Amino acid sequence: MSVALAAMLAKIGLWVAVLLAVTPVMAWVERRGSAMIQDRLGPNRVGPLGLLQALADAVKFLFKEDLTPSAADKPLYYLAPALAVVPALTTFVVLPFGPEIEVGGETVKLLVADVESGVLLFLALASLGVYTLVLAGYSSNNKYSLLGSVRAAAQMISYELALTLSVVAALVPVGSFRLDEVVLYQVEGTWLGFLPHWNVFPQFLGFLIFLVAAFAETNRLPFDLPEAESELVAGYHTEYSSMKFALFFMGEYMAMATLSALAATLFFGGWHFPGIDYTGHWAIVALKGFSVLFAKVAAFMLLFVWVRWTFPRFRFDQLLRLGWKVLLPLAILNLVVIAALTIGGVL
Amino acid sequence: MANYLPILVFILVAVLFLAASLIAARLLRDAGMGRTNREPYECGNEPETLALDHRFSIRYYLIAVLFVIFDVETVFLFPWAVMFDQLALFGFIEMMIFIAILVVGYIYVWKRGALNWA
Repeated sequence: MSVALAAMLAKIGLWVAVLLAVTPVMAWVERRGSAMIQDRLGPNRVGPLGLLQALADAVKFLFKEDLTPSAADKPLYYLAPALAVVPALTTFVVLPFGPEIEVGGETVKLLVADVESGVLLFLALASLGVYTLVLAGYSSNNKYSLLGSVRAAAQMISYELALTLSVVAALVPVGSFRLDEVVLYQVEGTWLGFLPHWNVFPQFLGFLIFLVAAFAETNRLPFDLPEAESELVAGYHTEYSSMKFALFFMGEYMAMATLSALAATLFFGGWHFPGIDYTGHWAIVALKGFSVLFAKVAAFMLLFVWVRWTFPRFRFDQLLRLGWKVLLPLAILNLVVIAALTIGGVL
Repeated sequence: MANYLPILVFILVAVLFLAASLIAARLLRDAGMGRTNREPYECGNEPETLALDHRFSIRYYLIAVLFVIFDVETVFLFPWAVMFDQLALFGFIEMMIFIAILVVGYIYVWKRGALNWA
């Protein structure tokens, strides 16, 4: 087996393993974290510290009755949970987790698919998420689900504009769709002589826009109107049970991981951290790069959990006002300023 | 195109995982209860009508149309951002004019109240 093929399979195996572990780990973090914030215990019976709770949940999902409402549109009803998982998982193919390494005389890039379209592919796959919600709500033929899904569609497309514009602004000084080049741009040099050359420093506004939009895109509180337990009884996935419900659950956490990873790569230097030496044996280099990226993504995931249990939910008109009247003009302004600074030679 | 091959492999792995989990659930679970369980959930009431017999607010449609307009704008922005160095000052001024025209449209939409909910 050639080095290139082995490397490709290893990289795919690594991402799939990590991403499938995201959901059980995050389910535990979320429940224990919320318990900590609300001054209660949270799950602590299954395994030490309740760590095996996710395993027990998985077994429960497997054995639960699987309901398909008789009024449902069956093909679409089955398609929706599949769309929740597959595209969110696939976005990671363009994400670099380390510098180029030398293995057995061959140069290997530490990303699964080295393609020109990079960020475009990432955004295209990530925005397939809206179909999940729309199809789930529409095909269930349930009033709560339908309301949840039209809300979800309106919310996601409203915030996608601001999200995309902040990504464009981050690409302007780099001049490439490739995420590995985006990281390399942030590796070289410093800002003001002591700050790492990460995009977040000159583009802090862009980062804030991205972050707020990311919360809305993943339907997390304070933007969880499509689910809104108290009024829509879970919204678009009211009619889902058993493994299909579990897939929505996984899709939500994977979407969070996706956008956290994009935020880390675009604004926080991806696998780069100042002071870490990325030379030496290839396995050590790869491990260092992956660990740094992993730590950054984990930090964003914790922020997602923290925010969820801290802020109340928006009203729908407030949500749209924030998206269209605040974030969109700010995102356009951010893009113009960044472009002007780049032309001026500052960035 | 060979660079895109790993993506296909990745999607295949994801689909395999999906199929495995759904098939495992199908083999393991109980057969289920019958007709009443399959009615649309409505907090215990028997539904008089189905969801798709109803209409929803036209506002959602309006938002979708506005999204298409502004999304087309971002489609033009992407190639410009990537070719930023080559296009230099000319490209910058061109794009500022393009954005200015769009902002005029944005202000019009705002003044007409299309961005207000109810």
